[in-house]
Amino acid sequence: MLYAILCYHDEDTVGSWTKEQDAAVMQKLSVVQDKLAKQGRLGPVARLLPTTAATTLRKDDPPLVLDGPYAETKEQLLGFYVVDCKNLDEALDVARDLAAVNPGGAYEIRPVGLLRPGSLPS
Amino acid sequence: MTDTAWIDGALTSARPQAVGALLRYFRDLDTAEEAFQNACLRALKSWPQNGPPRDPAAWLIMVGRNVAIDDLRRGKKQQPLPEEDAISDLDDAEEQLAERLDGSHYRDDILRLLFICCHPDLPATQQIALALRIVSGLTVKQIARAFLVSEAAMEQRITRAKGRVADADVPFETPGAVERTDRLSAVAAMIYLIFNEGYSASGDTAEIRAPLCEEAIRLARLLLRLFQSEPEIMGLTALLLLQHARAAARFDSDGAVILLDDQDRSKWNKPMIAEGLALIDKAMRHRRSGPYQVQAAIAALHARAERPEDTDWTQIDLLYGALEIMQPSPVVTLNRAVAVSKVRGPEAGLDMIEPLAQRLSNYFHFFGVRGAFLMQLGRNDEARTAFDRAIALANTSAEAAHIRMHLDRLQRDSQPRGVKAGK
Repeated sequence: MLYAILCYHDEDTVGSWTKEQDAAVMQKLSVVQDKLAKQGRLGPVARLLPTTAATTLRKDDPPLVLDGPYAETKEQLLGFYVVDCKNLDEALDVARDLAAVNPGGAYEIRPVGLLRPGSLPS
Repeated sequence: MTDTAWIDGALTSARPQAVGALLRYFRDLDTAEEAFQNACLRALKSWPQNGPPRDPAAWLIMVGRNVAIDDLRRGKKQQPLPEEDAISDLDDAEEQLAERLDGSHYRDDILRLLFICCHPDLPATQQIALALRIVSGLTVKQIARAFLVSEAAMEQRITRAKGRVADADVPFETPGAVERTDRLSAVAAMIYLIFNEGYSASGDTAEIRAPLCEEAIRLARLLLRLFQSEPEIMGLTALLLLQHARAAARFDSDGAVILLDDQDRSKWNKPMIAEGLALIDKAMRHRRSGPYQVQAAIAALHARAERPEDTDWTQIDLLYGALEIMQPSPVVTLNRAVAVSKVRGPEAGLDMIEPLAQRLSNYFHFFGVRGAFLMQLGRNDEARTAFDRAIALANTSAEAAHIRMHLDRLQRDSQPRGVKAGK
């Protein structure tokens, strides 16, 4: 089963990390990712730019273009992973490993219904 | 990352909102700051044990407010001064708090906090220092370091600035639409000042002053999150990101300036450029142009060029033309002349800057640019005169060193072969 692990965090907090703190977190996360990749379980990984760079298209008639993210929330969707796991327990284990090196915020674990891996170079 | 580092990050990011709200309650900057400090101390004790609160800013406001009210009441018993005014709207504060934190009210708190730092009576350096201290929460020591002055001198500067702000009439009622727009543009200008303070550093101090650029970007993003549909704030944020993206390529290991044409573009920060380009893209959709957007668009054209020769100088010339209309200034025309010289040759550039000679007679860059045009035209003696003048006007040793490099080249070129022919 494929699981999407959606990363929510307060982007003000993440944005106030120093370059060094940010790099240290990314480094530790890449260790967790490498382990999954070696097992052939890691799908696409994305880190999203700040929500200030986001634009929302509301599917009204006619569609309405709004600046900013879809939802104004305390924590924002900042990135996601797609990971192959046997079951929810295993997906939660992965999320715990990620959480151990990137505290704060929350992960939403969502089974994937359809994934087209696409062909973009990374 | 350790827990303490996480808590530090949460406190820093909650600061503008928390101090802004506390300032509205107490209507006194020192009281608000002190309340926030006390709340932070309690957070450092409580959060590691009880876990972080879901909404750190709300927690800090609540705790800071309660501590400060206790202090005020205690102070009142000892010396019965009429503090009633200062705490007049505290009775119903509890009730309003929840609504305010969920609602969009807090953005006016943050805007007010930023806005009092740009009081017109304050000289630019004091505005910046005040904003870094109050809004960003940098320590006096950190700010002093960035400004290359002693801690005592910076302490004094900030105290003086606070005094002036306290004497001034700070409007506490919710601003109207026109007022809000005015505040927004004053605050944007101040954020730009903070950035420039870091960006205009010379090579030997660039690293020390880089935090000013980073802080300016953080404040710009904060402002943009509060005012998501303001194209000029998008433009400002984009401009800062696109300029700062080049930071690692702007100086060589000796701290000498590396001009845009000679920079190693692989050292440019790609995610920052991506974010800047995305923002300018968004801003253009609004079709409400402004100086920040135009400057960001110019920076974007540089950022998009993989090699210097790929730069779209024609478009840059047009954009500077637009900027000249919005913000007529000889400095803008000087910049435009550089673009013109790339499109139509140094003669055209020179023609464009001649009329500026009087107004820019004490401006380093004018003589640097003029010298470069003359050198390209092979008018080496005149170029030397211009470069000599530039050195005399240089603001930093790196600027002077850069011009000296041109002079050395002129020297080398003229010795063996005599005066080089124009191109």
